Amino acid sequence: MMLPSDWPGGFWWHWLVFTVIIIAFVLTLVMGLIWIERRGMGRMQARLGPNRVGPFGLLQPVADAIKVLLKEDIVPARGDKIVHWLAPVTAFFPVLMVFAVVPFQNGALLADLNIGILYVVAISSISTVGILMAGWSSSNKYSLLGGLREVAAVVSYEVPLVLSVVGVVLIAGSLSLNQIVLAQNIPFILLQPLGFLIFFIGGCAEINRSPFDLFEADSELVAGFHTEYSGMKFAMFYLTEYGEALALSAIITTLFLSGWRGPILPPWLWFVLKTIVVFFVMVWTRTTLPRIRIDQLMALAWKFLFPLAIINLFITAIEVLAWPEALPWTMTLVNIAIMALLVLLWSKFFKLGWGRVAV
Amino acid sequence: MQFERYGKGIAKGLMVTITHLLRHPITVQYPDQRLNTSRRIRGNELIWDNIKCTGCGTCAKSCPQGAIKIVTSANLEENKYTVEEIEVDTGYCIQCGLCVEVCPYGALFMGYAYERAQYQRGAVVQANESLLPSAERRPSGYMHPEIAKELPRQTLLIERITEKK
Repeated sequence: MMLPSDWPGGFWWHWLVFTVIIIAFVLTLVMGLIWIERRGMGRMQARLGPNRVGPFGLLQPVADAIKVLLKEDIVPARGDKIVHWLAPVTAFFPVLMVFAVVPFQNGALLADLNIGILYVVAISSISTVGILMAGWSSSNKYSLLGGLREVAAVVSYEVPLVLSVVGVVLIAGSLSLNQIVLAQNIPFILLQPLGFLIFFIGGCAEINRSPFDLFEADSELVAGFHTEYSGMKFAMFYLTEYGEALALSAIITTLFLSGWRGPILPPWLWFVLKTIVVFFVMVWTRTTLPRIRIDQLMALAWKFLFPLAIINLFITAIEVLAWPEALPWTMTLVNIAIMALLVLLWSKFFKLGWGRVAV
Repeated sequence: MQFERYGKGIAKGLMVTITHLLRHPITVQYPDQRLNTSRRIRGNELIWDNIKCTGCGTCAKSCPQGAIKIVTSANLEENKYTVEEIEVDTGYCIQCGLCVEVCPYGALFMGYAYERAQYQRGAVVQANESLLPSAERRPSGYMHPEIAKELPRQTLLIERITEKK
């Protein structure tokens, strides 16, 4: 059963209910994600993680939020005050706006745009402007470096990211996220394994999660663009970081893991569970891999992901054109074989400036 | 063919982190949990057996820090020295254990304590009665194999790291 587009009756009621749902969903789940990240990362490093506030440290994010609310808000004396104030807001709001088109169950979304995924790609890039604003207005060389690195990375990684989404759109035959979920009789991660890999890596790089966190690299840039931020404005950036991770997990779930579809459990619960699993994989890779250099970051985007994304797009287009009726399981096997072959081949060709870096 | 740079290296690393997720963490939550101390620990306190002690003062002579002060007087009736005053400034003690090693009558022992920090320097000085053994201040097995033999075998690790709920 599909919810009507103006559930629970009337345009404004629909708007109000879903706005409240989205804000509550993002804020509560972000707290959960922070807990999962800190505890999971602690255990993976043979530590315990925060465990003093509440049972299993569950209230640690709440305690952090209260602490950060009470802290003094400092603006650098030579900074640009208006831009400094606007930057966290500019960075955070796109995160909430992304969820407007993400279906929680069949038809349960704020706006079923027929260009949903295009909207997501467009909106999620606005966060970058906020981060560049933060870097610029802080009047601090580390912040500026962090902000510019972020822009460079996002501009590069947007290309393979969007190209890998096109493969999904070709198979589903629609840009609407709800239609994409409805088209997934088997999850698209099986039909598009290479697309999933590229989307996951590119997404992690875009939302600056480790190992691509060299825009806020604690050890070299002293937290990069938010070095000069404190108090609630810093909390907004913190929220943005995890909100973006949540948004990316939700979009990966929707595009590749058949969104809210699943047996027995209610659809919204399937959606939340899959989102958390995707986020856990992000935490896992974050704990495992060391931070990469800026030239490695750029080389990975342009020499590895970009050509693979184009090849993936061609192969998917040929498959959709030539064998539209092919059995999904044969397609799965063929695509996984193609992915393994391409990744092996490109790893062989992948070189980083022959050991010489000219800056 | 080596597959390390074709993704196998990353897979290995991911396996390492996931196995660490499933094992017990090694963090000891110190005030709530303590590691077992060794049977032969050289703790930050001395234990003195006033019956065995003859007041020869070898311990004071051997102490590289000069932390032991011992005042004796001749006891002609029993043909030995009487210890009038013994004072150990454990603030200077480096836990080298030389005093225990040189004691010809086996009257000195190291203790188990390692949490004797105080606000005043004078408060860490042990004198006369506070050097005697008691139920809380048991002698350690250092240089005294007959004591170490009696103590149960143990590992340094505590059994299981549990969390405060």
